[in-house]
Amino acid sequence: MTVAPVIRRPAADVAARPGRHGRARVVTITLALAILVVASAVVGIMVGSASLTVPDVVRTLVGAGSSGEQLIVLDLRLPRVVGAVAVGACLGLAGALTQTFARNPLATPDILGVTSGAALGAVSAIVLAGGAYSVSAGLLTVGVPAAATLGALVTAVVVYGLAWREGVDGYRLILIGIGVTATLGGLTSYLVARAQITEAAAATQWLVGSLSGISWASVGPVCVVFAVVAPVALLQSRDLEVSRLGDEVSVGLGVHVQRHRFVLIACAVALTAAAVSASGPIEFVAFVAPQIARHLTRAGRPPLVASALAGALVVGGGDVAARMAPHEIPVGIVTAVVGAPYLIWLVARRHGKEALA
Amino acid sequence: MLTSVHRPHPVLVPRGLILLGLGATVAAIAMVSLLLGSNLISPATVLRGLLDPSTDMYSIVWGSRVPRTALGLFVGFSLGVAGAVMQGQTRNPLADPGIFGVSAGASLAVVIGVYVLGTASVLVTLWLALAGALIASVVVFSIAALGREVTSPVPLTIAGAAVSALFVAGTSLLVLTDETTLAAYRIWVIGSLSGRSLHGIAAATVFTCIGLVLAAANTRSLNSLALGTELARGLGENLLRARLVGLGAITLLTAAAVAISGPIGFVGLTAPHVARATVGGNHAWLLPASGLVGAGVLLGCDVVGRLIGGNAEVPVGVVLTVLGGVVFVTIVRRGRVAAL
Repeated sequence: MTVAPVIRRPAADVAARPGRHGRARVVTITLALAILVVASAVVGIMVGSASLTVPDVVRTLVGAGSSGEQLIVLDLRLPRVVGAVAVGACLGLAGALTQTFARNPLATPDILGVTSGAALGAVSAIVLAGGAYSVSAGLLTVGVPAAATLGALVTAVVVYGLAWREGVDGYRLILIGIGVTATLGGLTSYLVARAQITEAAAATQWLVGSLSGISWASVGPVCVVFAVVAPVALLQSRDLEVSRLGDEVSVGLGVHVQRHRFVLIACAVALTAAAVSASGPIEFVAFVAPQIARHLTRAGRPPLVASALAGALVVGGGDVAARMAPHEIPVGIVTAVVGAPYLIWLVARRHGKEALA
Repeated sequence: MLTSVHRPHPVLVPRGLILLGLGATVAAIAMVSLLLGSNLISPATVLRGLLDPSTDMYSIVWGSRVPRTALGLFVGFSLGVAGAVMQGQTRNPLADPGIFGVSAGASLAVVIGVYVLGTASVLVTLWLALAGALIASVVVFSIAALGREVTSPVPLTIAGAAVSALFVAGTSLLVLTDETTLAAYRIWVIGSLSGRSLHGIAAATVFTCIGLVLAAANTRSLNSLALGTELARGLGENLLRARLVGLGAITLLTAAAVAISGPIGFVGLTAPHVARATVGGNHAWLLPASGLVGAGVLLGCDVVGRLIGGNAEVPVGVVLTVLGGVVFVTIVRRGRVAAL
């Protein structure tokens, strides 16, 4: 099996597992990230057109606020904040899973085609349903997430099937994903170009990734998916460590490589589909969150829990920033503006090569 | 990955003949492009119109089909060569203007132009695309150069992805805030040869010619770089100069193509792979072969788009994403990429 030099790693680097000191660092960083996520959530509830204080928020959350505060916190801001955290956690975890098993930081759900499949599904729903005036807004709010999930799942199956040749090689999977992503992206652009301008605007808005229209109805599924999938992914983490050693070694150590990969990809797809359905593709998170977590913990691979928390922090903090801008901007733009320079800084650092190669 | 030296071209057919064959194929596709269109006119009429200025067809053929065919050849050749230089420079078989951030930079500059000026002519678009592509290339290269290992392909690719994401975010922001810009952008961004006039083509040609000269000057360096940066340095290669010349070529060729047709994907990605399969990894042969393959592929897809769409023709960019996707997946499945 040929593995390209770009993702081939020297054995010494792979073998560098965190020792006792390293593990303590992982725990500390994970706790710090968790605290930051909670803090960003509280800030997210506080800020807005009617700003609240911390005591206001706490009082309302325990059910002792005024009816106005109850409405603002429980119906408007809490779903958005919970949605941001859940979407970010899903994306961060999905990215950590795909980056680890493919042994390549570029292997994110975005590149593997899952996100673009979801985008094509959603844009089809917006454009096709938008053209027919009989479709109600309610059906559209159900239809877009459903179409996005369907698109993500179908694309994942197609990419996985195309990459299958006596098993699935991580590098081939990435390549197939890139090809399929570009194709789906072209088709999405074509749909946007052919649509009425109002539908085109709606589709473009959705394609950037935004939490502005999120409600409890769309937050619920994301939370459920995360609660179900995250434990499965964590149970796989021992095998993840082994799979970084390469296929031959993994098989030698008794890991069922193909079944293992299938479970991992299924987890990543479910997480991505759920997140994208709720918010649109907030593209940069799955790419950058695991790298932030990996960089902070100095672990050999992106740690799963820390990656999920980093994703939640990036989306949650990004959404707060997006809402505080003079004209509210989509969170997808904020995450790109924050995430891209972080990655650039990583590359520009002295040890950028080691951090990313 | 690009172990061209270890995998020489099998000398079954001389490479000059292969190049000639590619050229002949492109010429045949160009002929078909002149003869076929969404308006079904008999080939005989078209040929008469091509040659006889007194017929009505003369203006149709020379006003519409000849420019379109010429643009297709021009854009395809530029993107093919740019893709080959890019893949050689990054030693990454997946390098293309998209991953490098060059298309995204050009797109953002063009969108800013549309946003500020309302509409943009080809000439304005050309300069904006050049500025954007240049900024993107310089930024990506500077970032990679700030690292300890100036020439490693991995930081370069990741820096390109990061810069690309930043430019795309900027583009989305402008497009979302202004519906007029969205209206122009969404048509331009799919990539098409239809309705593009020859106005401004002269300036684009100048860009492309300089880009091709730089690419030719980069040939020896690309062959050295294929051995790895350490060996290339050992061979006395001035790495900084090699990178700068290569980036200049990529920027100029991509900017000219993007300005004319919009950001058309997959040509720069697939053409070098097809070319490498026919003439091998020596860039002296690979660059022209890649250009010819690019021209043939782009023009062929444009013809297909004219024929399948019926009244509303399918833009070449869309045909390419579908066809290119199939080709790309086939190449990957056959293991060609991994064997590079």
